[in-house]
Amino acid sequence: MSFYKTASLGVALSMTAGVAFAETEITWWHAMGGALGDTVNQIAADFNASQDEYKITPVFKGTYEETLTSGIAAFRAGEQPNVLQVFDAGAATVIGAKGATIPVQDLLADNGVAFDINDYIAGVRYFYADTEGKMIGMPFNSSTPIMYYNADALEKAGVTAPKTWEEFQTTTAPALKAAGYTALAQSHLPWIFTENFMSRHNLPFATNDNGYNGTDTKILVNNDAIKAHFTAVTEWQKEGFFEWFGTGWGDNQSKFEEGEVAMWLGSSGSFGGLLKKDLPFEFSATYLPYWEGVTKEPTQTFIGGASLFAMAGKSAEENKATAEFFRFLTSADTQYYWHKATGYVPITEAAYEKAKADGHYTRFPAAEVGIQQLQMPAGDNTKGYRMGFYVQIRDVMNREYGRILTGETDVETAFKNIEAEANKLLARFAKTQS
Amino acid sequence: MKWLPILLLLPQLLIIAIFFYWPAAHAVQSSFYLQDPFGFGSTFVGWENYADLFGSAEYRKVAWFTVIFTLLVTFLSLAIALLLAVKADNVLHGAKTYRTLLMWVYAVAPPVAGFIGLIMFDQTFGPLTRLFGQFGWDFVLGVNFNDTAFAMVLVSVWKQVPVNFIFFLSGLQSIPRSVREAALIDNRSGMSRFWDITFPLLAPTGFFLLITNITYALFDTFGVVDTLVKGEPGNNPMTLVYKVYVDGFRGNDLGGSSAQSVILMVLVLALTVFQFRLVERRIHYT
Repeated sequence: MSFYKTASLGVALSMTAGVAFAETEITWWHAMGGALGDTVNQIAADFNASQDEYKITPVFKGTYEETLTSGIAAFRAGEQPNVLQVFDAGAATVIGAKGATIPVQDLLADNGVAFDINDYIAGVRYFYADTEGKMIGMPFNSSTPIMYYNADALEKAGVTAPKTWEEFQTTTAPALKAAGYTALAQSHLPWIFTENFMSRHNLPFATNDNGYNGTDTKILVNNDAIKAHFTAVTEWQKEGFFEWFGTGWGDNQSKFEEGEVAMWLGSSGSFGGLLKKDLPFEFSATYLPYWEGVTKEPTQTFIGGASLFAMAGKSAEENKATAEFFRFLTSADTQYYWHKATGYVPITEAAYEKAKADGHYTRFPAAEVGIQQLQMPAGDNTKGYRMGFYVQIRDVMNREYGRILTGETDVETAFKNIEAEANKLLARFAKTQS
Repeated sequence: MKWLPILLLLPQLLIIAIFFYWPAAHAVQSSFYLQDPFGFGSTFVGWENYADLFGSAEYRKVAWFTVIFTLLVTFLSLAIALLLAVKADNVLHGAKTYRTLLMWVYAVAPPVAGFIGLIMFDQTFGPLTRLFGQFGWDFVLGVNFNDTAFAMVLVSVWKQVPVNFIFFLSGLQSIPRSVREAALIDNRSGMSRFWDITFPLLAPTGFFLLITNITYALFDTFGVVDTLVKGEPGNNPMTLVYKVYVDGFRGNDLGGSSAQSVILMVLVLALTVFQFRLVERRIHYT
């Protein structure tokens, strides 16, 4: 017996010795496929090469929704990754579950990584923060909707990119139509024509300060400004100024790439991909237009995209590794690399300055549009929104908007339905949080 | 020795208990709660999840679509397969090649079938989209509800026909030659011989296929639906099973989607009772 005891003690000792010298391994579940995934892998490889104490392994888990669901299932089984990427619409779910994640601000402070929220660019500071303004999730791939345009088409039609929707419908669109183009398409109606419509015009999107101050929230989507917007969109559609190619993102983007559509509302994060495609025309981008009839002082848009959450239930060493990875990720060099490769906005002022100093925006003026739009004047309703079961609320919007644009329903009924179903979902979510 | 049979059955019973009854019981339990996805909080809500579903016009719409979709897919898969099997049964030369070619699609997985559908119906370069365009049908997958529904039915039927074909063909070949020859003397009309002799003798096969096809249309078409709507249902049609996924796995509404799965379980139970009680008595297996 004593022999076995000694032997096992020896084995145990040698194992702890091994752990002490080995690097701490952490995992990162993300939803970045294709070229974006390659960039994510490159960042991880660079972090691993930059030091020999920690090693991060990125794992692609599918779409945003699939990644969040995998993360939740893993957490319930006690197998969660150290870092989980969660998209804007899932923020309420993950932030609502207190104890599922370590607020990133605490994680950094506990591990001696300096943190100042003012280092971050204005538009990204509070979207993933709690009521007190503490940053819970680390903004990662931050994007915002902007308007891309086919410069050749605009030149042919003799117009410039419109600043307001009034200009679009009276000047730009008719000229583009005469030149043989469909003037406009967009890729995400809930994100671009709803959430950011509210932000751009500084309109409240939900009660409780857009949902940040509690869960007994009601959505304020059924308002005259947005209904007038959708009525205008259906009129543009009839005139041949606007076309809708379905709920899928790519179906709408490809019509712009093919040159059929002259202007396309997409993500600032689409820039890198468009550049790589070597389109047969010159393209550039500008701000998301606004209605002058609604506001004379347009405000900034929300950040979209996703952020990184440090999952709870990990050892102190692993949390330290996660903190170090966040330090690396938010460094100006990494952010600039990410910004350059993908088109997502750099999340810190320092990285933005670096991009400017390097002449990135002289080479690609369109790459700066997203970050400039995020730094426009803020308003009471522009820091973001926080609503539970929001993925389903977006599904309801997509369904009703699709019905408006295929003539199955009218604007009034659609918005009534969205309001009723969204409020029902919000009330259901509130009950999950008790 | 009384315990021996039970002991021998135990592994099987355990598997059924762990993989079927335990999750089913779990689903029934969750359907009475609204719970935080991460498992931190939950509220007992009684029948509220069910009441919400039955009160929702959208859920009823999805249920209706599922019924129509199931009827269409089942009927068309069976009818086309039967026609092909009857024709293939009469082929004398190159029968093997012909049959093999007809069974080919059997090996295609539903998501792959859906993906092939995506290519065929692509808005810009889809060959079928272009073909329909020739006839003045402005087909747009993912935009128009009926067009997407049409694509779902077509792809699901295409994927299921070979399975039915194999069964119908072997059913036809097991009909005794003597019966057929006797019929040939009595009746010269091929059509009425088919309805009077062949069809009733095929009934056991047909009934078995009816049940498997209904199950297929209800559940196994998930992959086809998911691929054709590209994971973004929007205003597109969807089936009840797909809605369980959308609400539960995309939306993280565990209570609501559990209630939906319980409804589906009841549906399957009813289908099984129907199968054994009502129809099996009337069908004679030889």
